[in-house]
Amino acid sequence: MSRFSIFSLARNAMSWHQNWPRQWRSPDPKPEYDVVIIGAGGHGLATAYYLAKEHGITNVAVIEKGWLGGGNTGRNTTIVRSNYLWDESGLFYENAMKLWENLSQELNYNVMFSQRGVMNLAHNLGDVRESIRRVNANNLNGIDAEWLNAEQVKEFCPIINISKDSRYPVMGATLQRRGGTARHDAVAWGYARGADDMGVDVIQNCEVQGLMIGNGTVKGVRTSLGDIKAKKVAMACAGHTSVVADMAGIRLPIESHPLQALVSEPMKPVIDCVVMSNAVHVYVSQSDKGELVMGAGIDAYVGYSQRGSLHVIEDQLASAMELFPLFSRTRMMRSWGGIVDTCPDASPIVGKTPVKNLYVNAGWGTGGFKATPGAGWCYAHTIAKDEPHDLNAPFSIDRFITGALVDEHGAAGVAH
Amino acid sequence: MLYIKCPWCGERDETEYHYGGEAHIVRPENPDELTDAEWAEYVFMRTNTKGVHRERWVHSDGCRRWFNVARNTVTNEIVSVYKTGEKPDLPEAATTKPAQVKKAPAKKAVAKKAPAKKKEGA
Repeated sequence: MSRFSIFSLARNAMSWHQNWPRQWRSPDPKPEYDVVIIGAGGHGLATAYYLAKEHGITNVAVIEKGWLGGGNTGRNTTIVRSNYLWDESGLFYENAMKLWENLSQELNYNVMFSQRGVMNLAHNLGDVRESIRRVNANNLNGIDAEWLNAEQVKEFCPIINISKDSRYPVMGATLQRRGGTARHDAVAWGYARGADDMGVDVIQNCEVQGLMIGNGTVKGVRTSLGDIKAKKVAMACAGHTSVVADMAGIRLPIESHPLQALVSEPMKPVIDCVVMSNAVHVYVSQSDKGELVMGAGIDAYVGYSQRGSLHVIEDQLASAMELFPLFSRTRMMRSWGGIVDTCPDASPIVGKTPVKNLYVNAGWGTGGFKATPGAGWCYAHTIAKDEPHDLNAPFSIDRFITGALVDEHGAAGVAH
Repeated sequence: MLYIKCPWCGERDETEYHYGGEAHIVRPENPDELTDAEWAEYVFMRTNTKGVHRERWVHSDGCRRWFNVARNTVTNEIVSVYKTGEKPDLPEAATTKPAQVKKAPAKKAVAKKAPAKKKEGA
């Protein structure tokens, strides 16, 4: 692998940047692997990377029915934060946050992680109490969090409307200064490049059509490029997890919904932080290209069509207008949808399945991107040791039977 | 935006309705005897069908009555609308027509084998 540095940049400038090597191979699948990961999104690629890096397991294939990072990894609104209410989630996402903070150096790949601060607005007394409770819970877990009153919110983000005449006035906000955004594609590319360098095969345009299972143990996958044997198979296929799990006869508490996002035309910098509001239901940041990036809630119905209904976008723009009146003449450039796998308690499932050597990483709902490094790190541990790490042990499938849910709905379930 | 034909009021915009999740999940008749796993199956587990999905809708801004819809979750085509308490067979064309759904029988064949094998191990 050719490392990126000021020297390699200068050297390649001499040849007009025509001679950069490819960043990863496109190999044909081998007949057998130690681990096959289904889904080459951020989570799958991060898992492969940490399997090779932390556990020395390099005979790994990541198979992808489309193209690398073309699912939810390339469709989300790139927000990263770790200010979750419950201890289980807080510690899990904080581990991810620590990995984020060193990720560009770790991967020798600029993931453009920008800790510009994430504000979660409160619009009524209930919100205020809940938010302050969450700030305190975060601080007890060593996660940075602050409470801002309305004037402080205005100071942190001057374009926001804090008029008391609003239908839902801004009464304050929680702020995580270490939160921010990252370049979503670069995360997938960086992990793919790092994993490929350690010998992992990333195989695109290879759809899983079935699982080979015998004696309650998974033996491999049937794909559009033929059968691939595997000692272990790990699902990281987001919205299509139920479809793949069904091939193994596993029922999951997951429902897949369209989640839409949209970007505006590029404009001069107007908002240098991330603003999220659960109550009026929108989240906004500005990309380095100048586009406003906005998202909101899921479409209500189950769907696999990667697009949603227009009225959902209309609602979220109405919300954005209430918070940021100066956006009124901004034209929206494009909108799209991704298929998110939602769990009843708004927490993920990362762990073992009833089928031996088959693992599941799913149920991230609307907030999987921020977890990418942490999910990959814990999932790799789970696969390598055949046992979950302490950080992801609470997120087993069994919690739906035992009742030990990690209910993040109130704190985080709506706007991720 | 979906256009949904309420069995009582006719075709209206999706915004008049609310979604009620998967249809035909029957409340257990013997709740005292259920194990935790059986409760989890009833309360949490869902088929999450890719293809024709039977689901409940309520016409909340209209007649406020519940009914069932069979909708293709890939194409959003509404295959059938029927009243609560009914469960008509779906027209065969609906389950085989679009290219996306054509793949489904192949997948199902594998899926059917899998649970049988799983039982051996479990």
